[in-house]
Amino acid sequence: MLSRTAENLYWLARYVERAEYLARTIDATLRVTALPAAYIGKTNEWDSALLTAGVAASFYQTYEEANEHNVVEYLSFSPNNPSSIRNCIEAARLNSRSVRTALTSEMWDTINSAWIELQAVWSKGTSTREDLAKFLRFVQETSLRFDGSAYRTMLRNDAYWFSRMGVHLERADNTARILDVKYHVLLPEEEHVGGPLDFYQWSSILRSVSALTAYHWVYRETLKPWLIADLLILNDTLPRSLASCYGNLVRNLDQIGVAYGRQGPAQRHARGIRNRLEHSNMNDIFQHGVHEFIQEFIADNSRLGEIITKQYLI
Amino acid sequence: MAVAFDEMNIPGGDLRPAYQELARWLKETPPEALEYRRQEAELLFRRIGITFAVYGDSESTERLIPFDVIPRIMSAKEWALLEKGLKQRVKALNMFLRDIYHGRDILRAEVVPDDLIFQNPVFRPEMNGQQVPHDVYVHIAGIDIVRVDAEDFIVLEDNARTPSGVSYMLENREIMMRLFPDLFARHRVAPVERYPDELLAALRSVAPQSASGEPTVALLTPGVYNSAYYEHSFLADKLGIELVEGRDLIVKNNEVFMRTTEGVKRVDVIYRRVDDDFLDPLTFRPDSVLGVPGLMSAYAAGNITLANAVGTGIADDKAIYSYMPDIVKFYLSEEPILKNVPTWRCREPKDLAYVLDNLGELVVKEVHGSGGYGMLIGPAATKATIEAFREKLKREPEGFIAQPTLALSTCPTCTASGLAPRHVDLRPFVLTGSKSTTIVPGGLTRVALKEGSLVVNSSQGGGTKDTWILDE
Repeated sequence: MLSRTAENLYWLARYVERAEYLARTIDATLRVTALPAAYIGKTNEWDSALLTAGVAASFYQTYEEANEHNVVEYLSFSPNNPSSIRNCIEAARLNSRSVRTALTSEMWDTINSAWIELQAVWSKGTSTREDLAKFLRFVQETSLRFDGSAYRTMLRNDAYWFSRMGVHLERADNTARILDVKYHVLLPEEEHVGGPLDFYQWSSILRSVSALTAYHWVYRETLKPWLIADLLILNDTLPRSLASCYGNLVRNLDQIGVAYGRQGPAQRHARGIRNRLEHSNMNDIFQHGVHEFIQEFIADNSRLGEIITKQYLI
Repeated sequence: MAVAFDEMNIPGGDLRPAYQELARWLKETPPEALEYRRQEAELLFRRIGITFAVYGDSESTERLIPFDVIPRIMSAKEWALLEKGLKQRVKALNMFLRDIYHGRDILRAEVVPDDLIFQNPVFRPEMNGQQVPHDVYVHIAGIDIVRVDAEDFIVLEDNARTPSGVSYMLENREIMMRLFPDLFARHRVAPVERYPDELLAALRSVAPQSASGEPTVALLTPGVYNSAYYEHSFLADKLGIELVEGRDLIVKNNEVFMRTTEGVKRVDVIYRRVDDDFLDPLTFRPDSVLGVPGLMSAYAAGNITLANAVGTGIADDKAIYSYMPDIVKFYLSEEPILKNVPTWRCREPKDLAYVLDNLGELVVKEVHGSGGYGMLIGPAATKATIEAFREKLKREPEGFIAQPTLALSTCPTCTASGLAPRHVDLRPFVLTGSKSTTIVPGGLTRVALKEGSLVVNSSQGGGTKDTWILDE
C-alpha cells in the first residue's frame, strides 16, 4: 500500500485514541475534584490532567491558572492546543478524507458523523456540566464505534495492522503518562507518605484508563497502589496495560513482517520492549524506581514510533 | 428570448411520452413525501461526504451540491441520436489534437487560424511530435449539452482536460434507487453503474508498451483541499486503484514509481486530475507542489501514459470551440450531428462591433475561463456591470467570445412553491480507449435552481438531478 496511506491510517487511529483518552482524563478529574477537599488533599488535579496530557507548558503560555474552566477548555475545545479533543477530531477527519479508499464505509461514517455532530459543540461550547458530560461521553463512544467498525469491517491486511499499531502505540503512551504523573501515589505502602486520602486518587487513575472494574476482577482486593501499578504495567489481560499494548504491537509488526516477507528494526525494537515487560516484576521495578522505569518506557515507545515511520511510512 | 422547451409538458397540456409514468407517480405522491425524501437525500450526501469546495469562499469550505429528487428523463431514441453525435465529436477532438501536435494539416488548410493555436497558453509545445498510445489524447471527455427543442442538442462546451462530475452521476443514481424504489419499479431505466469498469478498461488499454501485462493504474489528485477531491477518492475506490498525490510518486530513470510500504512500485497509467500547469515543476510551473518532478521526461520517454494527455486544452478552448463544426467536417467528412451555439469571436473586428452593440442580449465568456466564473449574462446584468464589462472587452477583445442567450430546456423541479420548470443542461461522459469509444447512458444533469436562471454551475448555486435514459 502507499506509504502515505499507511501513515494516515496509523495517525488516524492515534488521534481517535488520544481524543478518547483526553475525554476519560477530564471525566476522571471532574469526579475527583467534585469531592470535598478533605478527601483529595492539596494537589491540583487540573494541573495533573494537563501533565498527563503532556500540554502543561503550552497551557501556561495562555492561561494563568489551571482550574476546571481553563483546563477543560484547553483540553477539549481549544483550536490552539494541537492535541485538544477538537484538533484530534479535526485531524482524524482530515486523515480519513485523505485515505477514504482505505477505510470501510462504517469507519468513515463514524468519523464523519462525529465531526458533523461536533461542529455545533465547537461553535456553541458546553454551557452546563450536563452538556460537558454528554460531550465527553460522545467522544468516548465515537472512539468505541470507530474501534468496533475497524474490528468488524476491515480486511485483515496491512491497512488494518497499521491502524492497530497506531491504537496500541498511542494507548501505551497514554497509560505511561498517567503513571508518570501519578507514580508518587503508587509507591508501596512502606514508602508511601499519605493516607486513606489516596483511595480517590487511585480510583481516579483506574477510571481514566477504564480499569476500575477490571481491577476488582483481577485482584479481588481493595485498591492497593502496587497492584494498580502491576495492573497497568505488567498485566497483559488489561487492554490498556503496557504489556498488553506491546503484545499487540509485536503481533501487528510480525503480521506486517510476514506479509512483506521482511523484518526490520521496528520488529526488533518492539520485541525488545515486550521482552523487558515480560521479564519484569513489580518488585524489581520499584527497586529501580518506578519513575525511571516509566520515563524510560515513554522514551522507548516514542522511539518505536520514529522507527516505524522510517521503516514504512515515508 | 424564446419560450423554453419543456421536457415534460407539451404546450397545450399533453405530456411527452417519457414523462407519463413520472407524472402519474407525482400525482399519487403527496408533496410532503417529496420534501421528506429530499431531506433524507441531503442527509445521505452529507454523511457519505459528497461535498465540494467553493474557491474564494472562506466561510464554508465544504458544501453540498443541492440535489433535486425529480429525475430528468430521456427516451432511448433521443439518447441514440445524442450518443452518435458525442462519439463523432470526441473522435474529431482526438484527431484534431493528433494533427495539431504532428502534421498540422488543418492549419495548412486554413480551417483554423495559426495564431489561435500558437499564441494560446494552453498549447503545449512539449507535445510536438510526442507519440501517445493509440493516438488517444482525450480518454475522458465531458461534453456539455443543452437542448433547445425536441430535435436539437447543442454543445455548449467540450471539456477535454479533467472534466469532473461523474461521481454525481453515479451517486445520484444510488441515492435515487434507495429513496424511490417504487418509482424505479415503474420504469426501465438504463443502468450507469458500469462506468468505473469501462473507465478502468479504457485506462488499461492505453498503457505504454513498456508496461507489464497487468498495467498499474493510479489516480493523481491535487489532494484533500481540491474542490473535486470527493470524486477523486470515490473513483479510485470504485476502480480499485491507488489514489496518489504528487508526493507519493517519484521518477527514476524515466520511469514513474509510487512509494509504498514495501518499497517503490512502478506506475504505468496515471488518470490525472491535476491540471497541465501543475503536473511537473521541472517543465511547467516551478512553484507547483502538486506535481511530480521529472514526470514529463518519463512521459516523453513513453514510460507513462497520462489520461488525459498533456495539451488537450487546445481542443476545448473557447476560442477553438467556434471552429468545431469545421473541425468535424475536416477530419471526418461528415456533417456534425451535434450543433454548436452560434458564436461571435471578439478577436474579429466585425464580430466585436456586433457584440459591443448588443451586450444586453448576449452571454460573453472569457476564452480561458471555466466554471461559470467571469462571464457576463447580458439580459440578467445591471447597466453598471455591462458597462464595466464593455471596458474589459475593449481592452482585450481576443480574450472573449459571445453567444446568444439560449432558451435552455426546462424540467420539473422541486421548489419552495411546489414543482416548477427549471433550466437544465447535461454532461455525458465519453470514454475512449485503444479500441472503442463508450458512453454510459446518462450523464450529469445540472439544474439552475433559481427561477429564470440559466446558470447551472455548482459554483454558482446550481443543483443536480439523476438522468434517466428509458429503455424502449
